[in-house]
Amino acid sequence: MKGSDSMSLAEEAARAGLHRVGARPPFWIYLRQVWRRRQFIYRLARYRIEAQNGQNRLGMAWVLLKPIIDAAVYGTVFGLFLMRGNIPDHYLLFLVVGVFMFEFFSGCFTAGAKSITRNANLVQSLSFPRMALPLALVTEKFLEFVPMLAIILATALGTGVRPTTDWLLLFPLVALFCIFNAGVTMFTARLTVHFRDLTQLLPFASRLLFYTSGIFYSLDLAFANNPTFLKIIAFQPIHEFLSLGRSVFLDEPGFGAPPEFWLYAAAWSAVSIVVGSLFFWAAEERYGRVD
Amino acid sequence: MAESTEAPMTDTRPPAVIVDDVHVEYKVLATGKRAKGAEASRKLLQRGRKTRRVHALKGVSFVAHEGESIGVIGTNGSGKSTLMRAIVGLTPTTQGSIYASSRPAMLGVGAALLRDLSGERNVTLGGLALGMSLDEITEQADEIIDFAGIRDFIQYPMRTYSSGMTARLKFAIATARTHEILIVDEALGVGDRDFRRRSEDRIREIRDAAGTVFLVSHSMKSIRDTCDRVIWIHKGDMMMDGKPDEVIAAYENA
Repeated sequence: MKGSDSMSLAEEAARAGLHRVGARPPFWIYLRQVWRRRQFIYRLARYRIEAQNGQNRLGMAWVLLKPIIDAAVYGTVFGLFLMRGNIPDHYLLFLVVGVFMFEFFSGCFTAGAKSITRNANLVQSLSFPRMALPLALVTEKFLEFVPMLAIILATALGTGVRPTTDWLLLFPLVALFCIFNAGVTMFTARLTVHFRDLTQLLPFASRLLFYTSGIFYSLDLAFANNPTFLKIIAFQPIHEFLSLGRSVFLDEPGFGAPPEFWLYAAAWSAVSIVVGSLFFWAAEERYGRVD
Repeated sequence: MAESTEAPMTDTRPPAVIVDDVHVEYKVLATGKRAKGAEASRKLLQRGRKTRRVHALKGVSFVAHEGESIGVIGTNGSGKSTLMRAIVGLTPTTQGSIYASSRPAMLGVGAALLRDLSGERNVTLGGLALGMSLDEITEQADEIIDFAGIRDFIQYPMRTYSSGMTARLKFAIATARTHEILIVDEALGVGDRDFRRRSEDRIREIRDAAGTVFLVSHSMKSIRDTCDRVIWIHKGDMMMDGKPDEVIAAYENA
């Protein structure tokens, strides 16, 4: 089949200045294409939240209600019954920071993994840089996180914590957290395309992280007599982000975070976003395939 | 070979799309239970299920020029849609290449829309999905809504629309953008006669603006009315390429 005829077609294409369809662009050009789609990413995220809540009677109120109920359930079960010795003062604030920040991460982690496979229809009928889909998912989770952040601040004020300039550290922290989550999402989104079974396993991984990140109890208090463990767990990124989030508000047992956590968290974020985006981009041509 | 029998190779217009010996193979999972035995467990991580190769396109070549509207016909499962998806770059080719002067677009905006959103929001979302800017969308929103004829329902969620209204809205959004190369896959079968006439006009407009249009349809009337060249695909092979009357006659006699 590859005779003189097909050669002449390729030559004709070159002469007429046509370029090959579906070829994956170089990484920087790809990122530029994604940037040009930022409005699509943002609207897709916003409209999805609206569409999800449109049929509920309370509508958008659920964006606030769900995490509050979540925190209430965990607080009751763990704070009142199970972990009485390991919970710090200001437990309510401790809990909402932990639960809400973790919710942001786990939403990206588990739902993000399906961001390509669940949108197979969209991927197979329109051409746009596929990275828009995991990024839209992260944006969606971020938009859901913003009201939770407001609840966190309200809880802090309501429980008598004085606002300080330290609160401004929430901005870089949330920014780092978003970057970290975006990287993780892109990574799992591609992995799921290769191994669908992952969607079954990720909730367990998420659960494991949930119990080891010190969300409803303080790792520092629970393992105070096991410094080796604390040294190891210091490299767990979620634990770092949660500790930093709490350290913004108070500096008392259970709330403090060593300054090097900022370094670790920044490093995790950098690794996550670089590895995640490169890994995702490398399979760009693969996502449209049906098998 | 059958593929170049009547191809108008002497066309002097600049080429818009060149399809060069394109093969597409799918691996399809055979439905049913996983094969038992040692071999199956060894292959667990690489999908330990029986796969079947489907050779959807077996070496298709042709050149489409600017200002041409090309009908693509063939029975169900002949590979028409695969060919179109390959031209848009959604389905990677197994062998061979496709070249285009600009990125071909497919009339497939439906997948981007959300049923629970109002028509208005869906116009925005669909336009963005197609790569339009917010300004362009605001500018054209009225035209899209009127073309789709859903002015009175624009605030209601799309799930309350009739199937005809939904289809019209999708077509209106998808053609709002000026595409240089547009692929219309079975979109004209929807809607009433009035809408069909308007959408065929729209396709001719695009073609006359020096665009290239591919129209996949089972309606020979639509093809005759809008196309000046027809390609007949059968079981992944190009059977014929030429004037609409001749190709359609051959297809209908086959």
